[in-house]
Amino acid sequence: MSITIKDVEHVAALARLELSEEEKEQFTGQLNAILKYAEKLGELDTDNVEPTSHVQPITNVMREDVSRPSTGVEKAMRNAPDEEDGQFRVPAVLE
Amino acid sequence: MASTFDLRLQDLHSKLNNKEVSVAELVEASYKKIADTDSNIKAFLTLNEEQARKEAAELDSQLAGGAERGLLFGLPAGIKDNIVTENLLTTCASQFLSNYNPIYDATVSRKLKAAQSVTIGKLNMDEFAMGGSNENSSFYPTRNPWNTDYVPGGSSGGSAAAVAAGQVYFSLGSDTGGSIRQPASYCGVVGLKPTYGLVSRFGLVAFASSLDQIGPITKNVEDSAYVLQAIAGYDEMDSTSAKVDIPDYLSALNGDVKGLRIGVPKEYLGQGIDPQVKESVLAALKVYESLGATWEEVSLPHTEYAIATYYLLASSEASSNLARFDGVRYGVRADNPDNLIDLYRKSRSQGFGPEVKRRIMLGTYALSSGYYDAYYLKAQKVRTLIKQDFDEVFKKFDVIMGPTAPTTAFKIGEQVGDPLTMYLNDICTIPVSLAGVPAISVPCGLADNMPVGLQIIGKAFDEATVLRAAHAFEQNTEHHKLRPQL
Repeated sequence: MSITIKDVEHVAALARLELSEEEKEQFTGQLNAILKYAEKLGELDTDNVEPTSHVQPITNVMREDVSRPSTGVEKAMRNAPDEEDGQFRVPAVLE
Repeated sequence: MASTFDLRLQDLHSKLNNKEVSVAELVEASYKKIADTDSNIKAFLTLNEEQARKEAAELDSQLAGGAERGLLFGLPAGIKDNIVTENLLTTCASQFLSNYNPIYDATVSRKLKAAQSVTIGKLNMDEFAMGGSNENSSFYPTRNPWNTDYVPGGSSGGSAAAVAAGQVYFSLGSDTGGSIRQPASYCGVVGLKPTYGLVSRFGLVAFASSLDQIGPITKNVEDSAYVLQAIAGYDEMDSTSAKVDIPDYLSALNGDVKGLRIGVPKEYLGQGIDPQVKESVLAALKVYESLGATWEEVSLPHTEYAIATYYLLASSEASSNLARFDGVRYGVRADNPDNLIDLYRKSRSQGFGPEVKRRIMLGTYALSSGYYDAYYLKAQKVRTLIKQDFDEVFKKFDVIMGPTAPTTAFKIGEQVGDPLTMYLNDICTIPVSLAGVPAISVPCGLADNMPVGLQIIGKAFDEATVLRAAHAFEQNTEHHKLRPQL
């Protein structure tokens, strides 16, 4: 299974990355090399193996549903690249 | 008086208590050392001078009174720049976050403050912790204090170099696949990756959430235990934080390794290992023998699959975690976007460096429709096999030992453009991360005048045994006392 420039363009679109022609070519070569290396895993029979997502034997950690103070507008907006009236400003979402 | 940098943290603590030295003097010594050496080393991205001096003055005024002092009272520290610090720039060495001023403290930053340590500044790293050489910092590469033509390792390269150069008394790093241990090994200092879940990840900018752990980088093992004591413990803000009792790590350092059973994986001393590194590790095992420990060759049979497993899992998690960097709420936003999607696309493309883009691409591909089972799920299953390798060996052995890295530090530029070779440097550290168990790197010699690290791996939450074994070695050798000529 080998990936093409077209695949790289598709994945870049999914990842919200804009790649130059040079980057596309470079990534096609490098990703192919890495994925070829990863094919090694196919040597192992894992049909009866459970996947490990992380090593802690815990799931669904809940806290009490009690209200507590939130960050506040002023702090939350401190790093905003663009803002108006305490809200993040972005280009129009609907054309 | 010998330089305060040569003292153990505990001794400095006593000297401060006895008013033989002031906090201001320690803080000034740090900034002096940085002024003298950091134009070469480039360990720091941001200095916290004004605030640190203010805190030093406040702490010194407390010294005059009888107030109770925190564990790390007055001790100057550096913090890796992917650990958020309120009101102190946190960039992850990325152009994207070059202006990011956090509105909160990471749990470990809060704990350092509670223990009354003084933060000297933020340390250089590979961008978003992706890399093993610090060459992926989007500002400038850090250089190895032992020889500035060489990399310090990474991704916590700044954290290791700053301690090796005596710029700070200790530092915090983060380790996802070796990012504390490998730079500690390359820079001749002590780096501890705790068990996954022991130290809170809250406020650590996420790279691969199932692997990331924060840990100390120090000049010796006692200091490592001392700092771990201050940062370990359950945190409700981290959903994978472990509810375990935290032992007194310092009291575990009793020098006794008689009867300690050491397993030495043949896979870690096989193909690709530098003969001088191997020799240093075998010499270290002789030291353990002389102290009454025993060692035997063991096998971790799935080691050869670890790097592929790691790069699929870590990149997949990274592609998801880094989706938050969209240029809307913080970070650097690209100019003149056509629309909202274009704003995301341009901001990310301009803000991320090549290695970050490469891993986002790999991860997005591995998680994309049609490939999830073949890559991501498969890697999660192989991770189970890798973890079982460790479980098996730990049935018969107390610790596992081997090199931290197959070679010593390489030259700056030597492996750029060849990501796969760069990834292979992590062959001895990545399996440990996948298994989630603790490991420490301690200096065990020099090869062509560059430091070699011995890796000691323990059972989950058995940091006490790892530290005890490392300390016993240190007590009987002189390697950790070697310092680079700056």
